[in-house]
Amino acid sequence: MSRQLAHVDRVGVEERAAALGARSIKTTAKQQGIRLAVSMLDLTTLEGADTAGKVRQLCAKAVCPAPAMPEIPSVAAICVYPALVTVAREALAGSGVKTASVATGFPAGQVSLEAKLRDTEDAVAAGADEIDMVISREAFLAGDDLRVMREVSRIKDACGDAHLKVILETAELGSYDHVRHASMLAMEAGADFIKTSTGKAASGATPGVCLVMLEAIRDYLDRSGRIVGFKAAGGVSTSKAALHRLVMVKETLGDDWLTPERFRIGASSVLNDLLMQYAKTESGRYGRSEDFSRE
Amino acid sequence: MSVEPRASIVWDYAPSPEATDHLRLSERYGLFIDGAFCEPAQARYEPTINPATEETITEVAWAGPQDVQRAIETARAAQPRWAALPDRERGKYLFRIARLIQERARELAVVETLDGGKPLRESRDVDIPLAAAHFFHYAGWADKLRYGMVARDVAALGVVGQIVPWNFPLLMAAWKLAPALACGNTAILKPAETTPLTALLLAEICQEAELPAGVVSILPGDGAVGAALVRSPGLDKIAFTGSTAVGREIQTELAGRGVELTLELGGKSANIVFEDAALDQAVEGIVNGIFFNQGHVCCAGSRLLIQESVHDELIAKLWTRMGRLRIGDPLDKNTDVGAINSAEQLERIETLVAAGEEEGATRRSVACSLPERGYWFAPTLFTEVSPAHRIAEEEIFGPVVSVLSFRTQAEAIEKANNSRYGLAAGIWTDKGAKAFEVAAALRAGVVWQNTYNHFDPTAAFGGYKESGFGREGGSAGLRPYLKVVR
Repeated sequence: MSRQLAHVDRVGVEERAAALGARSIKTTAKQQGIRLAVSMLDLTTLEGADTAGKVRQLCAKAVCPAPAMPEIPSVAAICVYPALVTVAREALAGSGVKTASVATGFPAGQVSLEAKLRDTEDAVAAGADEIDMVISREAFLAGDDLRVMREVSRIKDACGDAHLKVILETAELGSYDHVRHASMLAMEAGADFIKTSTGKAASGATPGVCLVMLEAIRDYLDRSGRIVGFKAAGGVSTSKAALHRLVMVKETLGDDWLTPERFRIGASSVLNDLLMQYAKTESGRYGRSEDFSRE
Repeated sequence: MSVEPRASIVWDYAPSPEATDHLRLSERYGLFIDGAFCEPAQARYEPTINPATEETITEVAWAGPQDVQRAIETARAAQPRWAALPDRERGKYLFRIARLIQERARELAVVETLDGGKPLRESRDVDIPLAAAHFFHYAGWADKLRYGMVARDVAALGVVGQIVPWNFPLLMAAWKLAPALACGNTAILKPAETTPLTALLLAEICQEAELPAGVVSILPGDGAVGAALVRSPGLDKIAFTGSTAVGREIQTELAGRGVELTLELGGKSANIVFEDAALDQAVEGIVNGIFFNQGHVCCAGSRLLIQESVHDELIAKLWTRMGRLRIGDPLDKNTDVGAINSAEQLERIETLVAAGEEEGATRRSVACSLPERGYWFAPTLFTEVSPAHRIAEEEIFGPVVSVLSFRTQAEAIEKANNSRYGLAAGIWTDKGAKAFEVAAALRAGVVWQNTYNHFDPTAAFGGYKESGFGREGGSAGLRPYLKVVR
């Protein structure tokens, strides 16, 4: 069957996304928004050079991001490669912070389905609470929607109780029509979350992409009654950008989505900017980046 | 270790009002004649109020017949020298005015919002930047006039009287003054009764720009001042933007007097959504089409035509979106819908909405808490509207959209054109060929495709039928201020 795309107008999407970016978030709204954003963070390290030591340090930061500001909550999760899941899980034990693992041949996904399943099973067996998989862009761009869905669905089965986040890698999809279509395929196939990007491509969770995916989630909910979460990952590196994503979620899906169960921000460097901006709202002056530990 | 109970708070935006302490408004404003502020001949000052609070902002002189006469005389005296300036020199003054508008943009935006009730977001991002853009655009035309008229020799008309409405006070003043001055005319501008302040700040800007005395006069007042202008001998042209009823009176008054006239009047513009449209973006276009500036927009997309196959889905999306509009303090940077401009206008909206209910259309208004003081009207959606209902025919000029359905492209065109007005229209479809075909069949001065209420100084704006005649903007906007000499 030939693919039926729902229409998305690029100019209109980007205008609306930009208009939401112009919301003025000040004083108490800024403080509250920053605390909320921290609680929704998937603090991420996905480097070839990651070691157990690095991951343990990051976990400490995840649990207590700013010892001097006790009102700052823990982040939602730590996101690592499968090989480091055990380390993260031990370091986070009892903290309430989840362990997320990328899987399925992250980031390109150019391996066999068997390898993807094995990758997922390993991460789950090591104790990952959440799996961040990538869709096969190869299959999607070739027009093979069934294969895209079948893979998501098989990985979902392999996840067991673990939550499945499906990464679309929107920068490689080429159009908003495709972003919306891929969102729908992922949700139909059982995704618990849909996620913009791996963080390894040329662009990430741009405002336009976030808006299109949020609208897809809303329409899918209207149609199916099933709630799917959203994760903005890649390129959200400032407090302003993080708050902009919160605004988009609030005004597209409503206040019910402003919880880590339904919305995440995948990032690493944004945490310190959030802490600096928070300290500024308290003290009235900008701090230095050295005021907060890097990890 | 701190773990906050999650999802325990509802996050909302804190009030974020634009500051007003930087304003330097005078206690009272005189008339602007002969390059200076002056007392009116018969001392009459009226308060101008903030429609969001009903508080008086300041007092403004209203012109009388003698003042109108004096303004015409000074404009007449100044015109030959203004027209005789090297074209580039006239352009320089306009560039200067444009830059000064930019420099004072924040102040102008706040005053526009205080005086008229529109959200600061709009005055800051639309009204004031576009006003500056119009002056920039026509500054560039000043030394190229003959090329705007297909290489004919042209001359200014002379002295023009310009009457502008209250919905975009500074922007409409810019639409009128910029082309008139670029073409070598001198002008007498009458701002609207309820919104004179930014025109008076523009008078200050004319002084700062050292515009020669008499080239621009600004005469605040009510309809009587406009009527005096129209009746005065000694004007070469009247340009009017406002209601169709007043436009008709003006045209009657001017008949046979050899005074040029352009009218930009009301509308009941059709915003047409086809089943193959990008629906979420269409929703934004509908919202922007009818709730922009509280619907006080002559080209507002007040008749929403939806293809039946997507009618229910689109209405559901629109209604959800309307529920997220932020209504209230116009000075708050997050406000989407501000105050109704005046008590009189509020009454007109209420009357027509009541008529819509009586005639059997289904009314839904957003449930929002409106401030106790000031003039407010909640965004309203009428479905089950029949083309014969008053709310489908008459201009409401408020945040009220009337929805009609259609089945085929031919029916959409027929319904869209079935109006005494013909100002604007919107077409929402993903099919390029259909968009152009429908646009060509619509009797409307402006047709937007997959957008709505976008304005640009290079694009001509104006209507068919009872929406008036004459064009503003672009090279077409020069024609109403020039005569062809040879």
